[in-house]
Amino acid sequence: MTDLTKLTIAEARDGLKNKDYTSTELTEAFIGNIEAANAALNAYVAVTAEKARELAKASDAKLAKGEGGALEGIPLGVKDLFATEGVHTQACSHILDGFKPSYESTVTANLWEDGAVMLGKLNMDEFAMGSSNETSYYGNVINPWRKKGSNEALVPGGSSGGSASAVAANLCMGATATDTGGSIRQPAALTGTVGIKPTYGRCSRWGTVAFASSLDQAGPIAHTVRDSAILLKSMASVDPKDTTSVDIEVPDYEAAIGKSVKGLKIGIPAEYRVDGMSGEIDALWQKGIDWLKDAGAEIVDIAMPHTKYALPAYYIVAPAEASSNLARYDGVRYGLRVPGKDIVEMYENTRAEGFGDEVKRRILIGTYVLSAGYYDAYYLKAQKVRTLIKRDFDLAWQNGVDAILTPATPSAAFAIGDKEMHSDPVKMYMQDIFTVTVNMAGLPGISVPAGLDSDGLPLGLQLIGKPFDESTLFQMGQVIEDAAGTFTPEKWWG
Amino acid sequence: MSVDTETVKRVARLARIKVSEDQATKMTGELNGILGFVEQLDEVDINGVEPLTSVVEQTMKKRADGVTDGSKSADVTQNAPASEDNFFMVPKVVE
Repeated sequence: MTDLTKLTIAEARDGLKNKDYTSTELTEAFIGNIEAANAALNAYVAVTAEKARELAKASDAKLAKGEGGALEGIPLGVKDLFATEGVHTQACSHILDGFKPSYESTVTANLWEDGAVMLGKLNMDEFAMGSSNETSYYGNVINPWRKKGSNEALVPGGSSGGSASAVAANLCMGATATDTGGSIRQPAALTGTVGIKPTYGRCSRWGTVAFASSLDQAGPIAHTVRDSAILLKSMASVDPKDTTSVDIEVPDYEAAIGKSVKGLKIGIPAEYRVDGMSGEIDALWQKGIDWLKDAGAEIVDIAMPHTKYALPAYYIVAPAEASSNLARYDGVRYGLRVPGKDIVEMYENTRAEGFGDEVKRRILIGTYVLSAGYYDAYYLKAQKVRTLIKRDFDLAWQNGVDAILTPATPSAAFAIGDKEMHSDPVKMYMQDIFTVTVNMAGLPGISVPAGLDSDGLPLGLQLIGKPFDESTLFQMGQVIEDAAGTFTPEKWWG
Repeated sequence: MSVDTETVKRVARLARIKVSEDQATKMTGELNGILGFVEQLDEVDINGVEPLTSVVEQTMKKRADGVTDGSKSADVTQNAPASEDNFFMVPKVVE
């Protein structure tokens, strides 16, 4: 019998419709995988097996009658950042201890409305702050990929490390994730999975724990380009509860897959060839260019002169917004309270114990850059630089470019506790150097696995699109997937 | 620009995060690393450039001025570390 957990969403959707198997069988297979693997990978922080079984049973009843939504009976994992009614929702922070919302985020409500089955909540960097999933209160997530001939534990990337690791290790069919500076695309690249951050305003932010509100966007991580298109179609919506949700109907992204890219113009920005980038990444980028050229796309060189300023501007804007958003965790309304001699000391003690080091660093930077006398020098300047970053992209679109191809990350997965990475916070921040420009400009970006490095670790390529033109990214992403194939780690866990 | 340990302690106080002397010293180095990194923005000519306030060209949506939600005080206080009769309980703040 086929291993049901190795199916893609597209395959399972057909199999369920044909009654080759039931959602209950599918769901049980995933619960079995999670039970066997989670001790090794730590991808889930809460498993909702009973709820999953109930949902699967309800889906089976619908499927038996030939009914059901676009994701009927498909088992998914949910990043701990999304509010799920009555279920663990802590952004993997100590400060939200025991928090169980009485409401459901719009993104997850959309998935359940379409019939998806929730397996549980996935590990992540605390408040989505990190690029290696080493800042979670629930411990490190382990990448199912290892270097050839090595047992060394590698990071899955972050902040959606649990989502990426769970998909790569077949602990769910697909997962929700979020991306503020690269948190979907970087872990996808490091685990051989596909991840798309849609245009800002495409997925509602309602019910998703806020990190940096002008940058945060939800999106899926999945095995294939097609699966990510299926998931995004369900996750995205026009939501009156989020004023930044844009009034544009969600298109059928899957319809774009398989369409020819002949005549489409793909921009290659030389500024993404950064110092210290590995030769293998450069070679992979060239491969991607060749694949798209062979498929009939036109390749053009473009200039993006403000690229290098995106990351420093991000490290002003994102912490500033975070310091404001995280002010609500005060020991009064949610989770943890650590007593003090008066209310101010209670606040200070609660936040000192409840937040991890990376979160504290960002709150302090954010508080400093917004404090009296520094606002113009930091925040206002960063917002002006952001205008210039967006202008670089706008010029490319005005010149007829349909999408931009870049590497997804400057390196493959690195070791847990890597000394070099932890020698200075800025070293870790450099992981997002290719992805953060996209958040600063509010654009869609997809990371597609494109090959393995000499150690046998996956590497990804990123396609950046015009606002609300996710369809073109799926269309081009499929060309890369067709040429590169898909990548599965050799099983050593559970 | 760089910060000294006293500034870090002042900012931590503003952010309502208790820091020990040792932590403040350690954080001073880390924050200066980050502030040094963002200093490269000084190279950019921002004369006459407007700050970006929204990445999407859309005027703020407005909804009808009507009551759509409410009467959920029990839900609102259900996750509080201390509550009584749907009120949040806090240490005494007035003498």
